[in-house]
Amino acid sequence: MYRLTIHELHERLKRKEVSSQEVTKALLERIREVDPRIKAYLCVTEQKAREGAQEADQRIATGQISPLTGVPLAIKDNMCTQGITTTCASKILENFVPPFDATIVKRIKEQGGIIIGKTNMDEFAMGSSTENSRFTTTRNPWNLDAIPGGSSGGSAAAVAADECIAALGSDTGGSIRQPAACCGVVGMKPTYGLISRYGLVAFGSSLDQIGPITKDVEDCAILLNAIAGHDPLDSTSIDLPLPDFRKALIKDIKGWVLGIPREFFVEGMDPAVEEKVWAAIRTLEGMGAKVKEIALPHTGYAVATYYIICTAEASSNLARYDGVKYGFRAPGSPELMAMYLETRSQGFGPEVKRRIMLGTYVLSSGYYDAYYRKAAQVRTLIKADFEKAFQGCDVIVTPTAPTPAFRLGEKVQDPLQMYLSDIFTISVNLAGVPAISIPCGFSKGGLPIGLQIIGRHREEERIIQAAYTFEQNTDHHMKRPRLS
Amino acid sequence: MKVERGEVEHVALLARLKLSEEEKEVFTSQLNAILDYMEKLNALDTGAIEPTFHVVSHCNIMREDEVRGSLPQEASLENAPDRAEGCFRVPKII
Repeated sequence: MYRLTIHELHERLKRKEVSSQEVTKALLERIREVDPRIKAYLCVTEQKAREGAQEADQRIATGQISPLTGVPLAIKDNMCTQGITTTCASKILENFVPPFDATIVKRIKEQGGIIIGKTNMDEFAMGSSTENSRFTTTRNPWNLDAIPGGSSGGSAAAVAADECIAALGSDTGGSIRQPAACCGVVGMKPTYGLISRYGLVAFGSSLDQIGPITKDVEDCAILLNAIAGHDPLDSTSIDLPLPDFRKALIKDIKGWVLGIPREFFVEGMDPAVEEKVWAAIRTLEGMGAKVKEIALPHTGYAVATYYIICTAEASSNLARYDGVKYGFRAPGSPELMAMYLETRSQGFGPEVKRRIMLGTYVLSSGYYDAYYRKAAQVRTLIKADFEKAFQGCDVIVTPTAPTPAFRLGEKVQDPLQMYLSDIFTISVNLAGVPAISIPCGFSKGGLPIGLQIIGRHREEERIIQAAYTFEQNTDHHMKRPRLS
Repeated sequence: MKVERGEVEHVALLARLKLSEEEKEVFTSQLNAILDYMEKLNALDTGAIEPTFHVVSHCNIMREDEVRGSLPQEASLENAPDRAEGCFRVPKII
């Protein structure tokens, strides 16, 4: 029962073949069975989930059912949940219990969705392997010695290991798509502004976006329908009418032009990734799409641009953690300045400190123009690359990550190598356009490989349609890791 | 070397971080490696390019000045590491 997708579960709930309480119980048992090995969750909200399921069953009995009613979901631990700790996998927020719900959490609850737990992540979403969590190391369900990807590694692993029906993640530079690729599930970063960020703990405010991590493309569309839309509490959220994303679940890509950026297929890419991504492109071609080589000439500058902008924004956003109003305070400091210094030094882990340092440096007097302003100018060029490329194609198709999931511990000593694992995903955040990662095959070692489909600004429907067409003509999304 | 150890100490103070001797050492070398990598942006002539600070162009989002619900005092103080008489309490400032 825990293997069901949102739409499969919804049909069974509607026909009263199963109750929300039964599926919640099955998932809680599944978590007890496999999570000691996977460690996807930081906290499982068993009691609240059982109560929520009971309420959902009552709603269903009276005929009130939305596509999310009675569906247990996992939430990345950087989205505020009233009465449930929200730690960002950081010591500095280890005891923080939000007095309010993030807008997306509120929307899920209003639609009868059930929150079954909060998932592990890189501290403050800074990382590509979830190894920067201060609390636990999440493992890849396909190979327990491999990383689950990051920073939404807990959410992706929970979906892949059937420890929830679906999950939410957040994506600043690839943090939904790269773990989705590593764990063989579907992950989407929507257009910047499509989903409210109110209650999402801020990392890089001009880049952060919440999105779904699901077992298939149909679930992605359902979850997007449930959480997208304007929110007066987030001034960057887009105030325009929304489509029904399920209407884009069409198996047809005839005549579409797929843009293949030559800069993304460079030497050094893992041969298995190259092979499976090209096989996927051939499959789409076989369904009537046309392939066209395109150029995104500033791709090689994206990593440098991104790590200037995101660290600058992070250093300002994280200034709020001062041990005064909430979170951790280092004990024993006789005066205020010492309290700030001790609290922040003990509260933040090494990668967070490194990014605060880098961000403070690039914003500091004398370096602002050379780094921050320069990066913002290159961002204009990267954004223009996409606008120009999309004049000649409908969607852009690339690998999600240059390699399958690497081994735990492999890159922790070398931050620059870790940053380069985001090379195919970050330009999408810089440009603010939407992209999805879907499974497209496996390496010889049995690790999943992700295909990234990028769309124009606000054209989620197009990437859903392309992804759905591919998925429905292949069986990669049906495969599950063996855990029992 | 772009960043000397003394500059790392200065930046750490600006960021309100107290670094151990070992952290100063490691961050000096790592920040230099990362900043060296960022040098590649200088290959681009961006003199005439407008910067993009935000991908959405809207600005000055206004709303009516209406009284709305807010967080009650008790809820605001619930997470405070230290409190007294309905306020946040901090160590001595002066």
